[in-house]
Amino acid sequence: MNMNLLTEPWPWYIGGPLVGLTVPLLLLFVGKPFGISSSFRHLCSICMPNTNVSYIKEDNWLKESWNLFFIAGILIGSYIGMHFLSSEPIPLLPAHYHSWQGLAALFGGGILVGFGTRYADGCTSGHSIMGLSSLKWPSLVATISFFAGGLILIGITSLLSWGGAS
Amino acid sequence: MKSALALIIGIYFGIVLVKSEVASWFRIQSMFRFEEAHMYLVIGAAVAVGALSILLIKLLGQQTVAGDPIEFKDKPYQKGMIIGGAIFGFGWAITGACPGPIYAQIGSGEYLASFTFAGAFLGVYLYALLKPKLPH
Repeated sequence: MNMNLLTEPWPWYIGGPLVGLTVPLLLLFVGKPFGISSSFRHLCSICMPNTNVSYIKEDNWLKESWNLFFIAGILIGSYIGMHFLSSEPIPLLPAHYHSWQGLAALFGGGILVGFGTRYADGCTSGHSIMGLSSLKWPSLVATISFFAGGLILIGITSLLSWGGAS
Repeated sequence: MKSALALIIGIYFGIVLVKSEVASWFRIQSMFRFEEAHMYLVIGAAVAVGALSILLIKLLGQQTVAGDPIEFKDKPYQKGMIIGGAIFGFGWAITGACPGPIYAQIGSGEYLASFTFAGAFLGVYLYALLKPKLPH
């Protein structure tokens, strides 16, 4: 295999199908539908074994422990991808996030990601990839809402910074 | 065995997230600003491959390699898919990461993303607390 092709960023027609291939891989080898945001719930459940909050208490994370191995794999794989399969590591977050405001934005945005994905019963993987691949209309509604939310936020921040430095 | 396979598929997925730059804040910004088609094409191609493979699995009545039945989860419609979905969209645009890429950013050495992760953890706990009062 041409090493340059491997270490350059992959174009959509390689990356996209490989993302999609995760669906049959998980179904055929693990027997589970693709999804990631439920891992947050499992981690909450593990960290709070004595909680009375029913959403966390009722979580049977042992039965879904494959999900935790899957995210452990993502941690390892992303390290490999960045440090062994890239000609030079690229930043995934912008330089201006390396500030107190940036950390606050990441933390606050993270709250919205955790809250929103659990409220919506799935994220980009569970709804936009797995749900749409299974032709489920509620997942289409969720996916449209994900994009609507993102577009609204970008619209608001663009208006606020209109004429500003950024 | 299942755990080991899930770990290996996770490694595969982590590599793909980084190499196709789905885990990049810059790519997510360009997507929401309609500056480039990359992310839309990645998601479109992923859904095409996913849909085709699910169709084949169902048509052939495939089981897992271990001979177990394959689990498909139905997610019945509820209002959270609109409200929660939009809330997630806000967070996705700010952090440049949906849940998979949060892990991929941390794993690839973008340690600031651990703040995104800590936020997400708190967000799930807040949802758990508020769930009985939220419209579903």
